[in-house]
Amino acid sequence: MTSLWQYAFVHNALIAGAITAIVAGCVAPFVTLRNQGFGVHGLAEVSFAGAAGAVFLRLPVEVGVLGASFLAAIGFGALGVRLRERDIAIGSVLAFSTGTGVLFLTLYRTYSTEAFSILFGSILAVGPDDVVRAAVVGAIALGALAVIGRPLRFASIDPEVADARGVPVRLLSTLFLLVLALAVTVTVQVIGVLLVLTLLIAPAGTAQRLTLHPVRVTLYSVLIALGATLGGIVCAVYTSWPVSFFVPTFSLGAYLVARWLGPVHRAMPRTPAGHHETSTGSAG
Amino acid sequence: MISAPDTAIAAQSATLALGRRRLWEDLTFTVPRGEFLVVLGPNGAGKTSLLRVLLGLQRLTSGSVWIDGRPPRRGDPHVGYVAQYRAIDPDLPVLGRDLVGFGLDGHRWGPSLRTRASAARIDDALDLVGARSYADTPVGRLSGGEQQRLRIAQALVASPGLLLCDEPLQSLDLYYQRAVVEQISDWNRRRGATVVFVTHDINPVLPAVDRVLLLARRRWALGAVDQVLTADSLSRLYDAPVEVLRHAGRLVILGADLGAHELEPALDGAGHGAHA
Repeated sequence: MTSLWQYAFVHNALIAGAITAIVAGCVAPFVTLRNQGFGVHGLAEVSFAGAAGAVFLRLPVEVGVLGASFLAAIGFGALGVRLRERDIAIGSVLAFSTGTGVLFLTLYRTYSTEAFSILFGSILAVGPDDVVRAAVVGAIALGALAVIGRPLRFASIDPEVADARGVPVRLLSTLFLLVLALAVTVTVQVIGVLLVLTLLIAPAGTAQRLTLHPVRVTLYSVLIALGATLGGIVCAVYTSWPVSFFVPTFSLGAYLVARWLGPVHRAMPRTPAGHHETSTGSAG
Repeated sequence: MISAPDTAIAAQSATLALGRRRLWEDLTFTVPRGEFLVVLGPNGAGKTSLLRVLLGLQRLTSGSVWIDGRPPRRGDPHVGYVAQYRAIDPDLPVLGRDLVGFGLDGHRWGPSLRTRASAARIDDALDLVGARSYADTPVGRLSGGEQQRLRIAQALVASPGLLLCDEPLQSLDLYYQRAVVEQISDWNRRRGATVVFVTHDINPVLPAVDRVLLLARRRWALGAVDQVLTADSLSRLYDAPVEVLRHAGRLVILGADLGAHELEPALDGAGHGAHA
């Protein structure tokens, strides 16, 4: 069994998996902060159309994924900031793009395995080129996040005051969608378009059960994503069951454990110490 | 009239219409530096819109406004802003200290490496509003009154010469209302800062107010409390008989809609049912 570790594909898978987990773990807290789970799902589904289109045109799948999700990110950004409107917009674009993806795959009948790997990932098939590509895309995503992180947090938590302070709220919204598109591109390779939520949201949700300290949330989110991804790859290598079964399983497992054991509950607001509202309340 | 050096805000024939609705017309006034100006008026009178004009977020339909002799501009570091109360998700991983810090450098790009000097300024602002003890608690877990103090600290941390407050007393119980008014009027007096304070209830701010700007029915009146909030002046503004009663240091206005509290339940997240 140990002999499996001699194969380069296992090493490639683990390195690409680690890169993905770090990127996803860092992006995920912003997704939950901005309540953009639906946006992640939307970008992933649009990237399905992009990947299928790339297969049809005999281009690398990553080019299709990145191109389509970038276009979608700019489109969603242009369609406006109001969440409700945006949800409807995403819904319509999704249905259209999924349909287009299905059309491409039908036209290009020969490779139904391509469809399978777009939908569910192909981490055990990545080569050294894929690893380099994931590292470059991931580094750009993290670099961009480092630049926009602070104003993005401000704009996410308090859009009105941020706007008044000169923060470009709408531009940031689009920039973040672009970062998300990069993260989706990296993640699709590991887990496929159908399951990106498991790495781009769940780790942050789990981390927020353990702590609400902003730095620690990101740290835990990265560690949880790493654990689920690398653990999933290792288990898949030993059992020959799919990676896309193990990663969401570990991700969900971590959430359930955190939910049962975690210190953060949806508590009532903390009782403020040091005043006596009852006695002052009626004087006025 | 633009800029006497001691003029914080000047407005000349300022008129604002949103869509086809005119909010106020021909607003002409000056606010001297260091004044505590209360803006009163019914819901929909354009009080928040006036603040948005001063923040550079909303353009006038006609006329002009100047802040320190210049047109308002978005992101002016000399202007602090306390926005209307908005509930914060209790599961947000954002500490009280973070919220205040945004007022200092939240608009800056790049990784956040806080210097000791900026940390000290944040601590000072927290002390100013007495929020030091819950500075490291997630904001969503704090009561409405505690959150509101943090928002005031956020507005004050950059030492603004002009402080714009939009209904900062909304959803606070009387204890917190008094505390918030004290903190803002303290800033006003000790730092000589100008304050524009939008509210629909004059009573909690009576001890601090210098003048009142009343916006109602597209008209306006500006002056000391005793000049503006009188039966005569209000009756003229509303074209209807209005009575003003003074009772135990409070003003009660009858017959004029000032957007008064109408038994709005106190949402102050203090929420332990301790309201008397």
